Amino acid sequence: MAASAGPEIERLIALLAKLPGLGPRSARRAALTLLKRKDQLLTPLAQALAEASEKVVTCTTCGSLDTRNPCAICSDPNRDSGLICVVEEVGALWALERAGAYAGRYHVLGGLLSALDGRGPEALRVEGLVARAASVREVILALPATVDGQTTAHYLADRLGATPVTMLARGLPVGGDIDWLDDGTIAQAMRARRPA
Amino acid sequence: MRAVLTSLILTDFRSYDRASLTTHGRTTYLFGPNGAGKTNLLEAISFLTPGRGLRGAPAPEVGRRLPGETRGRAWAVSAAIGGDEGEAQVGTGLEAPDALRRSVRIEGEAVPPGRLSDIIRLVWLTPQQDRLFLDGAADRRRFFDRLVFAAEPVHATHVAAYDKAMRERNAVLAAEAPDPVWLDALEARMAQSGVAMAQARALTLEALQAEIDARHDRPFPRGRLSLSGDFGAGFEPLELTRLFAQARGRDAAAGRTLSGPHRGDLEVVHQVRDRPAAECSTGEQKALILNLVLAQASRLSRVISEPNPVILLDEVAAHLDQSRRAALFDEIEALGLQAFLTGTDQSLFEELKGRALGVRVEEGQLTPLED
Repeated sequence: MAASAGPEIERLIALLAKLPGLGPRSARRAALTLLKRKDQLLTPLAQALAEASEKVVTCTTCGSLDTRNPCAICSDPNRDSGLICVVEEVGALWALERAGAYAGRYHVLGGLLSALDGRGPEALRVEGLVARAASVREVILALPATVDGQTTAHYLADRLGATPVTMLARGLPVGGDIDWLDDGTIAQAMRARRPA
Repeated sequence: MRAVLTSLILTDFRSYDRASLTTHGRTTYLFGPNGAGKTNLLEAISFLTPGRGLRGAPAPEVGRRLPGETRGRAWAVSAAIGGDEGEAQVGTGLEAPDALRRSVRIEGEAVPPGRLSDIIRLVWLTPQQDRLFLDGAADRRRFFDRLVFAAEPVHATHVAAYDKAMRERNAVLAAEAPDPVWLDALEARMAQSGVAMAQARALTLEALQAEIDARHDRPFPRGRLSLSGDFGAGFEPLELTRLFAQARGRDAAAGRTLSGPHRGDLEVVHQVRDRPAAECSTGEQKALILNLVLAQASRLSRVISEPNPVILLDEVAAHLDQSRRAALFDEIEALGLQAFLTGTDQSLFEELKGRALGVRVEEGQLTPLED
C-alpha cells in the first residue's frame, strides 16, 4: 500500500474498500476522484451520508429501510394490506418496486437460513412474519432459486400454517431464447407450463 | 455429431514450452520414455472440456514452472475441432499467472467453460482409475457420476444441491435442540435432489449395461453393473423425506447422514466368472474398466445431436495382452471415434501402423512418424 497519502486519506480508502464491488485499487481511485472534485462530490456525499446516518431507520413492521417508521410502504393506505411479499434483503424489495407489478406490502427476512453460516430462524425476521401473516389472505415468497432460498421457502411455508403461501414462478425469462437456457431452467419451465 | 481434434498447440503447459501437433482427425498413439510428457499432452486435451482435467488439477497448477519459479506461468491450449460444419477454433488457459480460473474461448470469443461441451466431449481412462474396484466407494461414486453427467449435465446440479442440503442438515442436527421445521425443509430439498440424482444414475446404469451386453463377442470381460446402497431409485420424494426424518436421532449421534442416495456404490461383477470385480486379477479389473469406458464412449456417440466423444487412454495398451490390444484398436475403429493412446514402447502399437498416426514424444518435443 502506498504510504505517501496521509492517515486521513488512508482511512477514507480503507473504508471505501469495504463497500461491495470495490477492492483496494478501485477504492483508491474512488478516493482520488472524491478528493479532486471536493465541491461537486466529496462535500455533498459527506452531507448525504450524515443525513442518511441520522434519518434512515429499519421499519419495525417489515424490516425495510426508510426515513420513517413504519415505512412509506407499510403506512400507504392505497396498498393492499391483505398481501405480503417476502424477500431476502431490501435490494430485492427495490427490484420488485422497480418492476411495479405488485401493490401489496413486504416483509424483509434479512437473510436466508444457512446452518453452515450459523444463520438459523432466530437470526431472521420470522416471528414478525408469522404474526403478520395471521391477518392476510396470501403470503408470496420471492426468494432466490438456490438451495438456501428453497429451504427457507419450505421452512416459511411450514411455519405459516393456515395462510395460503405462493412462490414466484420459475422459467423462461422475458425476451429469452430457449436454446440459450440451462437444462434446469428449461425443465422447470416445462413443469410449470400453463394453458396458452 | 462428428467431433475430432484436428490440431493442437500447447504453450507453457506442464513440461511443454511450445508444442504443436496436427492429427487431421486421426487416432493418434504417443510413445516415448517415462516423463517425456505423454500424459501431459492428454491432460492438455482434457482441458478442452469443463472441469479440472484428467489429473483433477486446478488451472493455476498446470502452467510450466522452471526450477526456482514459485508458481506456474500463464498457459494456453488451443485446438481446432473438426465437426459436421467445418472446424471450430477452441482455446483455454490461464491469462495471467495469478488468475484464479482459466478462461475459455470459442472462435476467439470468451465463453463460459460449459459451452465447450457443445463442441467436444471426452472419455478417458488413466492408470489412477486402475484401482477403481479396490478404492473406497466415494471414488467409485465420483467416477460413476462423471459417466452420468457426461450425458446429463443437470445431474451435476442435483448432486451439488443434495450435498449442500445434506451438509446443512448435518449442521442443524449438531445443534443442542435442532429445529424440526428447519430439518423438514432441508430433508425435503435432499429428497427432491436425491430422487433426481438416483434416477439419473439408474438410467445411465441401464444404458451402459445395454452397451456392454451388446458387445458379447469381444475379448473384453463383461461386467454386470448394479448400484448398491439404500434409498436409491424408485423412491418418491415424500417417502425419502420421511426416511430422512426417521433417521434424525441416529444421524445426530453419528454426526453425519448415514443413509441416502449419497451412499450408493457402483458394483461390478465379472459376468462369466460370476465374481465381484475386486476379487478378479489386476489384468481382468483393468479390462473390465476399459470395457466400461468403451461402453460409455459408444453410448455418448449414439446421441447424434451432441458431439462424439474423443477417447483418451493413458498407459492402457501396456496392460493388455496382444489379442486384447488388437481388439481394442478394432473396437476404436468400429466405434468410428478418434482416440489418443500412450505407451512407453512403439512396438505396443505395431497393430496400428498405417491405421493411426504415431507420434514420438521426447523432452517436450512431438515428432510425428511418416506413415
